[in-house]
Amino acid sequence: MKQNQKASGQFWANNSQLLIPLIAILLLVIFNLFRDPSFFSVGITTNNNGDPVLQGNLIAILNGASELVILSMGMTLVTAASGGQDISVGALAAIAGSVFVKVLKSGGAISPLTVIGGFVMCCLVAMLFGAFNGSLVSIFNIQPMIATLILFTCGRSIAYWINGGATPTVSSPIISAIGSFIPGIPIPTPILIVILMAVLFALLFRFTTLGLYIQTVGINQGAARLNGINSVGIKLLSFVLLGACCAVAGVISVSRLSLINHETLLINIEMDAILAVAIGGNSLGGGKFRMLGSVIGAYAIQALTITLYAMKVPSTDVKAYKAVVIIILVVIGSPVVKEAFDRFRKNLRGSRPVHTGKEAS
Amino acid sequence: MNKQDNIQTVRRREPITDTQLLLTITICIFVSMYVLAMLIWGGGFRKPQMLFDMLNDNAFLIIISCGLTIVMITGSIDISVGGVTALVAMVGVMILNGNLGLFNGLIASLGLGEQWRIVFALLMALLIGLAFGLVQGYLIACLQIQPFIITLAGMFFARGMITIISVDPQKAPQELMDILQNRIEIAWLGSPNKKGVMIPARMEIGVIVALAVVFLVYFLLRRTQLGRGFYAVGGNQQSALMLGVNVRKTRFLAHLLCGLLSGIAGFVFMMHTGAGNATNATAAEMNAIASSIIGGTLLTGGVGNVIGTLFGVLTLSTIKSIVTTSGLRDPWWQSITTGAMLCFFIVLQSVVLMRRAKNKEKK
Repeated sequence: MKQNQKASGQFWANNSQLLIPLIAILLLVIFNLFRDPSFFSVGITTNNNGDPVLQGNLIAILNGASELVILSMGMTLVTAASGGQDISVGALAAIAGSVFVKVLKSGGAISPLTVIGGFVMCCLVAMLFGAFNGSLVSIFNIQPMIATLILFTCGRSIAYWINGGATPTVSSPIISAIGSFIPGIPIPTPILIVILMAVLFALLFRFTTLGLYIQTVGINQGAARLNGINSVGIKLLSFVLLGACCAVAGVISVSRLSLINHETLLINIEMDAILAVAIGGNSLGGGKFRMLGSVIGAYAIQALTITLYAMKVPSTDVKAYKAVVIIILVVIGSPVVKEAFDRFRKNLRGSRPVHTGKEAS
Repeated sequence: MNKQDNIQTVRRREPITDTQLLLTITICIFVSMYVLAMLIWGGGFRKPQMLFDMLNDNAFLIIISCGLTIVMITGSIDISVGGVTALVAMVGVMILNGNLGLFNGLIASLGLGEQWRIVFALLMALLIGLAFGLVQGYLIACLQIQPFIITLAGMFFARGMITIISVDPQKAPQELMDILQNRIEIAWLGSPNKKGVMIPARMEIGVIVALAVVFLVYFLLRRTQLGRGFYAVGGNQQSALMLGVNVRKTRFLAHLLCGLLSGIAGFVFMMHTGAGNATNATAAEMNAIASSIIGGTLLTGGVGNVIGTLFGVLTLSTIKSIVTTSGLRDPWWQSITTGAMLCFFIVLQSVVLMRRAKNKEKK
């Protein structure tokens, strides 16, 4: 019994940073249970093609958060390695989507081969732009937010330029299979893509030392260099990986709507992605990271949005409510409140509060 | 012997600081760009009115960039400024055109004239700005939450509030706008129009407000204890604390000032456009950050100059005017060239700073 308690204590000590996003999701679940239990119902309906598909708010949350989850995975790496954030992910996804559509449009009939070609091409372009951001950050020592401000300013215009000032549509069963459902599988394809990406990242961290290296570079670049880690290369690599994530998110987003609109595609997603990283308990100053935290954070954000929609809040007003919830969450998770809570708990146990001297800083 | 002396005097000269170096680069680039534009495209650029137009259009941007510069010098960031500006403009316009019932009743019960609406709009602008500054400053300085998240939430809140207040665009009544849009005419800077009639150069009141803000912030940063405290906190929080600077209070005041300035910027924006719209001042926060950076303020804190910020805003708008006059008519060129120029500035700054750091190491 005692050992069990100890083990659980150990578990929470290791995973304390997951507490905030889990609390967020728990609060939303409880709130929705009281508000309307049918919020959680998942049903099976048939779509236009006559295939059985899953439907319901939970599926909408999992499905709608796909791009955000993928981007927040990449954002976690960049944040951890460089101690800054990439604010150009939305613009980069728009560029990737434009390249994808451009390749599809240029090849005549859309076949699986052109789709794969388009995906490879847009991945390459997005990784190239990622490398551009990364080289500004790593080689020229520019803060990530400023370096990516460049692409943030002009990225969507580049996407516009690629398509020659048009918003072309692509309609094909393959595209709609990527964006919504593969015939015969009732789970929305974007969810499957997220799982695939998660498995890829998990394998990457399991079988390479990349995760450790990224943390080392984020904690102390100089020390990492003295230990023989190529810190410039690691930072660059994290931005290139984020570029690839942007390409995947862009392709999903384009496939969902079967058209590319450079102005509205994943607009403001960079803010949500950074938010997901922060809610996930990762320090925005770099260093240690838990990708799982960011993923849960991203789902929490989407759950909040869907809850607000279910409460008939107009889509333009959602931001204001979101802001209030975010502030409540970060206040709960702030160091000062945490310390006060710890002191309170110690007082309850009867021991005197311990002053660590940390309050001064 | 003589030569030795010379070397000594050269070495003893006060070395130019990072702030001044970046400021000099910015001003040189702005002047050379403007002169180049005058030489190549002539026409509009040779008229003083061009410069005044830039100031008229960007008065609000100058004000929020000043606020952002203060915050960035303390090593923090505020991305809610654009949202607050738009919110203030929306509320102000709705007070002017009487769509906010509360103020109609207030004015009627006090028996005040229509002109008093302007006073109420100004008061509300300051109040909203202060409120944002207070809350954000408290959360960031006292609860030590990352400024990016708090001000992001602030931006979401402001933008959301705009649509909660009114989804439809609002327009201020013309007679009140006539009072607000009084222009100052400067005859000796005028230029002849196509018919050869001299048109005096026109400047809006907002520009004077903006320049006054630049001057006051410059004075604050250079000459007051609080201003030096901003630099100290941004340079190194730990050493600032050990030197006896109240870090918490300094950071709080920086955010409070930034909020207040974005409130003023909102009023100036309303004076310029006379319209409240959900898409007002879109991406103003990013433009303000870009201006501050071009002006030589570093996001890491401790380095920055508000005069540079003024030139940063002017440089950005010069780039835009050059693109529009140079015949690149396609809509995408403006932001692509802006991005390219931004890239140039940022890389230039970093190269200069890196070279200096290397030279210091050698010594």
